[in-house]
Amino acid sequence: MAERIRAWGVVGTVPRALAAGLVVFAILYVLVIADPPDEFGGGNWRTTNTGSALDDPSTFLTTVLDGLTFAGLLFIVASGFSLIFGLMRVVNMAHGAFYLLGGYIAYEIQQRMTGSGFGLNPTEVNTLEWVVPWLVAMVCIGVFGLAVQQLLLRWNQGQDLRQALITIAVSVIVADQVIAHFPRTVPAGTQQFGGNAVSISWPGWTNRLVDLHVGGVTYSLSRLVMLALGAAVGLALFLWLHKTKTGMVIRAGVDDRQMTAAIGINIQTTFALAFLVGSALAAFGATVGGSQASIAQGRDGEWLLFSLVVVIIGGMGSLAGAAVGSVLYGLVFAFAVAYLPTTGNECCTQYSVVLTFALMALVLAFRPQGLFGRAA
Amino acid sequence: MTEAAPAVEHAEPTLRLRGVGRRFGGLLAVDEVDLDVVHGERRAILGPNGAGKTTLFNVICGDLSASTGTVEIFGEDVTKKPARYRAKMGLARTYQQSRLFDGLTVEDSIYLAIVGVEGGRLRPVLVPGKEREIRERAREAAGRVAISHKLGEMVGSLSHGEHRQVAIAMALAAEPKALMLDEPASGLSRGERQLLTELLLGLDRDITLILIEHDMDIALRVAESVTMMHDGRVIVEGTPDEIRANETVHDLYLGRGYGHE
Repeated sequence: MAERIRAWGVVGTVPRALAAGLVVFAILYVLVIADPPDEFGGGNWRTTNTGSALDDPSTFLTTVLDGLTFAGLLFIVASGFSLIFGLMRVVNMAHGAFYLLGGYIAYEIQQRMTGSGFGLNPTEVNTLEWVVPWLVAMVCIGVFGLAVQQLLLRWNQGQDLRQALITIAVSVIVADQVIAHFPRTVPAGTQQFGGNAVSISWPGWTNRLVDLHVGGVTYSLSRLVMLALGAAVGLALFLWLHKTKTGMVIRAGVDDRQMTAAIGINIQTTFALAFLVGSALAAFGATVGGSQASIAQGRDGEWLLFSLVVVIIGGMGSLAGAAVGSVLYGLVFAFAVAYLPTTGNECCTQYSVVLTFALMALVLAFRPQGLFGRAA
Repeated sequence: MTEAAPAVEHAEPTLRLRGVGRRFGGLLAVDEVDLDVVHGERRAILGPNGAGKTTLFNVICGDLSASTGTVEIFGEDVTKKPARYRAKMGLARTYQQSRLFDGLTVEDSIYLAIVGVEGGRLRPVLVPGKEREIRERAREAAGRVAISHKLGEMVGSLSHGEHRQVAIAMALAAEPKALMLDEPASGLSRGERQLLTELLLGLDRDITLILIEHDMDIALRVAESVTMMHDGRVIVEGTPDEIRANETVHDLYLGRGYGHE
């Protein structure tokens, strides 16, 4: 019983009521409390860019979609991170660096394939010119991750701190090397190296708006593709983990590594496979993220942080946790950007990231092992 | 010096330990243990808490490496071999705290135990015939420990006693040549203990059984020979009757009034 209480973190009605009150307030704020800015440019705590969901339903709907599509991308990256942690108890601090390297690899391949240099017009890119860079980046980073695991982590198994330090070292080295050598293809007149921001281009057919026939909202097809890719990764991982023998071994290994050895299973092969897949997912996410936004120095730390927060919210090593963590994070982030009070001068707030950490703190206070995590 | 094992000398040795020791930092948990268990024997390892019984089990099955000495199973020196190698040779074990896969169903757990020991290669393509046969054997093993009615349930949702049953089913399913049980009766109800005793007594005589057990009734009923450990050392070996009559054993373990005719 005492164990259960500890597992649920903060106890007592007061903190629970307080937390519930905060969440309810946030929801009410978005739904009814917020006000659109008045024409004189002034504002108070209720002033947001567009006002509440009642004032402007289409912004509300767009924000929901922004959150969900961002969640799709978050899930692709974080599920790989979570897979590695769940099975091997390795907090792979190099996951962000893998993302960065994967993104630049995909960019370079696409530049070579299209041969059109920087300033690529998205409509000129066909599906193959996106799919090949994406696959090549995944294979490269998967193999690279596998090499890191075999050469550096394998003989430190069970020593969590040492493994975390090794992966930090790898992340620093990789990120610095990436900045030293990428991007190789840049517009004339700019510095060639130095981790400049570059974008991968989505295939041309995604570069349009779709009419959703709900509240007159039109929405970017590429962002919907991002969501679909996230869902596809989730479905594929689910089928892999729950419908195949390898998946069964992985789930067994997540529960008890030592016992898998006691029944004669070579868990090392499974570890290697999980690291390969987990790392490849970082490159998958980087190709998608680099297409939607950009690849640049600093993205490594950013995406490591995203992954950490998502799996801390969802629960380390749980696929469902990574999914729910991604959706919560994506929604909170999108709504914070759109609905935090502003002074009404069409300005945007820079404080949105604070709320994502508030989300994490809230989850940790009431459920330290994450929403879907098991008590350690 | 240990006394000679009561086993017949010419019988095929299942387990042979020579000078086995295991050190944890400054603590010598197992110290110079010689142990011979022959084919088909029922051996109980007894001793007070902290005597080194479980550590000895871990060294035998390969979860821990031996700090000193050699471990031979089925006539092969496996001192340097990993746990899964020993499992594939036909050495199955259960753990004191049932170590199971909470996120798998009962059937999948037992299935995996068979797959692990036999081949264990993770064929991505399932061979339907072989697959059906293994599934069938998994269900049969569940039947032997009377857990058939829970085949489809998640292991994590079962009771303590059922966990024990699953653990034994997993150990038995792979058709081991030697079975090591670490306190299988702990935490079981009277009825469950009765079932367990019957299961152990009815076990195929070809399977060598090594048992750590605190429940003396079960241990002395099932075992034909007993090894007493204390402070990491083997202090007495003998038949259950000899153990019951042994003064040292009384002082150490059984307490006053036990076994006096």
